[in-house]
Amino acid sequence: MSDIRPAGPPHPETEHDATGQAVAVGTPEPPPDVKPAKQGKPASLWSDAWYDLRRRPLFIFSSVLILILLVIAVFPQWFSSVDPFNAATCQLAQARNPPGSAHWFGTDNLGCDVYSRTIYGARNSIVVGMSTTIVTAIVGGLLGLIAGYRSGATDTVLSRTTEVFFAIPPILGALLILAVFRTGNVWTVMLALAVLAWPMTFRIMRAAVIMAKNQDYVMAARALGAGPGRIMFRHILPNAVAPVIVVATINLGGFIAAEAALSFLGVGIQSPDISWGLMIADARDRFLEAYSPLLFPALFLSVTVLAFIMLGDAVRDALDPKLR
Amino acid sequence: MGRYIIRRLIQAIPVLLGSTFLIYLTVFALPGDPIASLAGEKRTDPTVVAILREQYHLNDPFFLQYWYYIKGVFVGDFGTTFAKVEVSDLIAGKFQVTINLAMTALILEAIIGVGLGLWAALRRGQAIDSAILASTLILISVPTLVTGFVLQLLLGVQLKTSTGFDFFPVAGVYDGWRSYLVPGFVLAGVSIAYLTRLTRTSLAETLRADFVRTAVAKGLPRRRVVGRHALRNALIPLVTYLGADLGTLMGGAVITESIFNIPGIGQELFRSVYERQQPVVVGIVTLLVLVYILANLFVDLLYAVLDPRIRYE
Repeated sequence: MSDIRPAGPPHPETEHDATGQAVAVGTPEPPPDVKPAKQGKPASLWSDAWYDLRRRPLFIFSSVLILILLVIAVFPQWFSSVDPFNAATCQLAQARNPPGSAHWFGTDNLGCDVYSRTIYGARNSIVVGMSTTIVTAIVGGLLGLIAGYRSGATDTVLSRTTEVFFAIPPILGALLILAVFRTGNVWTVMLALAVLAWPMTFRIMRAAVIMAKNQDYVMAARALGAGPGRIMFRHILPNAVAPVIVVATINLGGFIAAEAALSFLGVGIQSPDISWGLMIADARDRFLEAYSPLLFPALFLSVTVLAFIMLGDAVRDALDPKLR
Repeated sequence: MGRYIIRRLIQAIPVLLGSTFLIYLTVFALPGDPIASLAGEKRTDPTVVAILREQYHLNDPFFLQYWYYIKGVFVGDFGTTFAKVEVSDLIAGKFQVTINLAMTALILEAIIGVGLGLWAALRRGQAIDSAILASTLILISVPTLVTGFVLQLLLGVQLKTSTGFDFFPVAGVYDGWRSYLVPGFVLAGVSIAYLTRLTRTSLAETLRADFVRTAVAKGLPRRRVVGRHALRNALIPLVTYLGADLGTLMGGAVITESIFNIPGIGQELFRSVYERQQPVVVGIVTLLVLVYILANLFVDLLYAVLDPRIRYE
């Protein structure tokens, strides 16, 4: 982007292009690192954000939803008396029953209870979503911190590497990686998604670090003799991590949707393990005879993704008041 | 301008090399032997196998194999499959199908996204603004997988059986441009929502700018203030988003293609991965990377048209 030379006063939008993807995916630019203190009492960005979040209906609603989903993921047996992993609970004679009192969500092509399978499917979705988010945040965040802070050759090498990853279409790339592993399970899906997703966190972290590292407090820390490690982790990181948290929260929902897509294509989680994407794939052939085996996992999938996207929206609004 | 384009294209070469190398390496690591699987259940003649392995450089070390491949790509030779079909012939038709699908999605995205965003920005803070924002939230959250099947059911089956209205085909590509409408919308879904939000934010910001106040003050009609003054200045981030999205749409089309039974490159890639057809897999990804690079270059050049203050050395 250095090739663009605005002849007049800089256009407000061309500046953001240095962070590239930050604008392109509709995610916010890094927030201002100085927040106006209330009545002379210095409030940190975090306490301000938390104060703000607690009052947001969107945040409360999504948190409650996520809490319920987490309980379902950890203790599915509390919600269903049928164990879907026990093949004896499936009765072929009962295949494709409509929803009723015996089977709340009906039964699928093999006569298995759709409700219990949907409930037990929550765990894999949430584990993939959360683990991928954590891994990409740590890997992309750390590399972004180093690249932004050190600049020079380290930055060039890392930035060029991310460009290569950005050019690879994510779903197709994940499909290929999973084909190499041959067996799809929660951890290979997580790895495939993380390999392709870390560059986004990297770019956002790098941009935020570059903004933060020229601030006076960094100079002050250096003048007092702080080493690079201390400056990076004690001074720059806390001031640059907000946009990464925002993007990580929003991406979590995306990872859950991606897991379902990969399982739907047959390279993700494999039967007899349960995944909403896999359930949708199994139900699609007889979709017109029985809607419920496809629509209920689809509904749960959508609500889960919605909950995390809403949380991401709320966190972004709280951490980046400029965008309101 | 010319020098700028050439420099950008040269900068793209390492990206192209890097991504094809990664993909080639991944396909190289795929389990199974492509030559053995050619014969199916039958026993293979060792001399034939030996000749084929020699012909496709399968005995050479990995780097040499990649070198042979990439040397061919630079003179426009994408290689042949293990069944002796030219990869470029195999891909061409499917590529066209996916381009059609992605372009339909992009056009729908631009019309609906900018339209809704404009509407929301002009009615900021009112009920319609909140309604549009809420619907973008839903649109982002419901995965393609779900919208695809639900629309297939509603438009292709329910609407047809209840009213006889049969304007939206929901499978295959045999109804001309109409067959791309529903799949295109499904593919564009999430992008429409992001573009709506981006338009709203960008336009709302521009509407507060001094030059817009000046335009209003000198008595220009509202239509002209919004259309010529505000929208044009708000357009740059939108164009960036749309340009980057073409590559995303083409790469993400595999799910939509699978739901609506559209014979595009996503489906082809899926099959080729399992047949371990290195040249096909790498060829498709190379083309997608090229689309991504060229679309981004095109967007950068478009900046100068939208904002005359931007010049390229």
